[in-house]
Amino acid sequence: MNDTIIKVDNLSKRYRIGVQDVIHDSLIASIFSWVKSPISNFRRVQKLSKFNGEDGQDIIWALKDISFNVKKGEIIGIIGRNGAGKSTLLKILSRIVEPTDGQASVYGRVASLLEIGTGFHRELSGRENIYLNGTILGMTKNEIKENFDEIVEFSEIGKFLDTPVKRYSSGMYVRLAFAVAAHLNPEILIVDEVLAVGDAAFQKKCLGKMSETAKSGRTVLFVSHNMHTIQDLCDRTILLEDGKVALDGDTSEVIKHYLQPEMMKTGESDLTDDFRSRKSPGKLRAKAIRILDKNNEICSTYEINDPINIELDITNVNDNGFAVSFLIFNQQGALVYHIRSQDGNIITKNLGSAATIRMTIPRLNIIQGRYSVDVWLGNHLDLLEDHVESTISFEVVNRGHSKVPLRSIIHETGKWQIIKN
Amino acid sequence: MVLRELQMKSNSSSFTREIIIKPKTGWQIINWKELKEYKDLIYFLVLRDVTSLYKQTVLGFSWAILRPFIKMVIFSVVFGGLAKIPSDGIPYPLFVYAGLVPWEYFSTSLTKSTGSLITGVGIYTKVYFPRLILPIVPCIAILVDFAIALSIVFILMLYYGYALSITILYLPILMILMILFTTGLGIWLSALAIQYRDVTHGVQFLVQILMYAAPVIYPISWLPESYRIYLAIYPMYGVIEGFRAALLGQNAMPWDIIGMGAISAFVMLISGAYYFKRKERIFADVA
Repeated sequence: MNDTIIKVDNLSKRYRIGVQDVIHDSLIASIFSWVKSPISNFRRVQKLSKFNGEDGQDIIWALKDISFNVKKGEIIGIIGRNGAGKSTLLKILSRIVEPTDGQASVYGRVASLLEIGTGFHRELSGRENIYLNGTILGMTKNEIKENFDEIVEFSEIGKFLDTPVKRYSSGMYVRLAFAVAAHLNPEILIVDEVLAVGDAAFQKKCLGKMSETAKSGRTVLFVSHNMHTIQDLCDRTILLEDGKVALDGDTSEVIKHYLQPEMMKTGESDLTDDFRSRKSPGKLRAKAIRILDKNNEICSTYEINDPINIELDITNVNDNGFAVSFLIFNQQGALVYHIRSQDGNIITKNLGSAATIRMTIPRLNIIQGRYSVDVWLGNHLDLLEDHVESTISFEVVNRGHSKVPLRSIIHETGKWQIIKN
Repeated sequence: MVLRELQMKSNSSSFTREIIIKPKTGWQIINWKELKEYKDLIYFLVLRDVTSLYKQTVLGFSWAILRPFIKMVIFSVVFGGLAKIPSDGIPYPLFVYAGLVPWEYFSTSLTKSTGSLITGVGIYTKVYFPRLILPIVPCIAILVDFAIALSIVFILMLYYGYALSITILYLPILMILMILFTTGLGIWLSALAIQYRDVTHGVQFLVQILMYAAPVIYPISWLPESYRIYLAIYPMYGVIEGFRAALLGQNAMPWDIIGMGAISAFVMLISGAYYFKRKERIFADVA
């Protein structure tokens, strides 16, 4: 029996991102370029939809040769870092954008939920927006009519049904939008990260509704950064990396692999140009990163209360200076530290063409576990030049100390005193 | 009855079709059947445009009357009073208002239709539906304004002592021609505007040129006979003159001009729809 409901074959998607404008250094040059700008603008705009074979520097492949099959009734999680191609994949399967290459066959009615509240009109009432949003999502007027009372009840907006939605609080707006979406009844449901909205209680209600939908035999493709949700809802998960399928299989296995990139280096790491998950729209480059202990020696294991030094070699520096951020994540993907050079009053102007900077955290104060470091490099205007994810990792251990509870991320002993006895 | 409903329901859910998603090249056929399946969406988008247009205004739908009415007053003073443009013996205010009713429909719908893919970007980059719906919707929604403005013609006719003539039965034909041409041109311009935003800036000049090309403020008898044949390919030329003939029953219906206009309106609509379909696949990428 052939119960394949989605069949994806070598799907690829190419995008052209705008090339940076040339900055002119003389008045004559800028006047000249202004005069001929209509011609170059026309070429540039036309190029948005035309590709001439050669892969220029402004072309990126958001997806490259993706293949997988989905069986009827499967609930599939799709995970991956930002820019891995998750949303592009969903957009292609929802027929919003067309693939550059390859093909996908979909058997059945698809509803996609890449955003909630699509097409909501601020001036219209909640009632009017339920019908509008519902038909945009692919429901018929009769289907909405049948579910209308249930939608209103689910949204908890009650007496505000006939108020224009612009008067709604953001919470009410989200609840109404989700209530419509939750009553979609397609054979295939495609959901992007839409649950990251609303208050905790409503989120839980939505998740409940979602898993109910999923259990009733519908096929669901679900993108999320929240590993708990993925773990709860999906049996099978696909990990995307740089537009390719890195892993496809049992959810727990895939999540484990995703959260512990074994190839990540410790101690010292060279950041080559083709380093995985790197986005480099500018010239500035992070060249190498090191983690040093209090004796300035390269080290990969630290005590909970140890100081830590992170050193970064930067090339292609210009005299305007730059800004650096280090982002430290734990194994669950939570951002533990976001440390920015702008906050540290160092002057990065006129350093020559290469520089090495060092950032010290005097006391780590984080519980035992493995942590990874992302590097973010910006120019003097704080615009992104180079962003490298998972550059290096280090381990925090608990040797000499008393037993540290593992429930929090931050470990703080606190300063305790008895002020009344 | 209930049984039939149930049957229909099960039919619709067991009906599975295969959708192949792959790069398309060249010209695409227009899927009329799919457009029909989305009739509820068209209905609610039209309803949205109609109900939201005059929300939070004091005068509400009166604006649909006021806009052509104020223009009528201005034009009557400037063109009828000062410039002494003839009006085939019809009182100039009535003459110009009868022309403004279809003209206002055309210019408002065209402007909205041209920008429809730009204002609708938040919808079609998130959900699939036939994109052709977007430029069509304003051309339907503005018909409400059109109907309101049209009703005022009859009051003006009463005021100036004009009786309704049998020629008013031709009005629906002229309206269909007006709608087809407006939609066709709107589809063309919307597909161009999404990639070349210049079109949205340029359309206001286009509308102005087209107004003076159409006999809104002057009668066609005012122009040399030799111009008529060229202007006839512009459908609003025949539509506006036809509106006057149908409403006021004074001049004969210019069927030759209307016929020419009908041909070019059809060409505009069909070519526009095909151009749109060809460009459709890049909308979400370039928007």
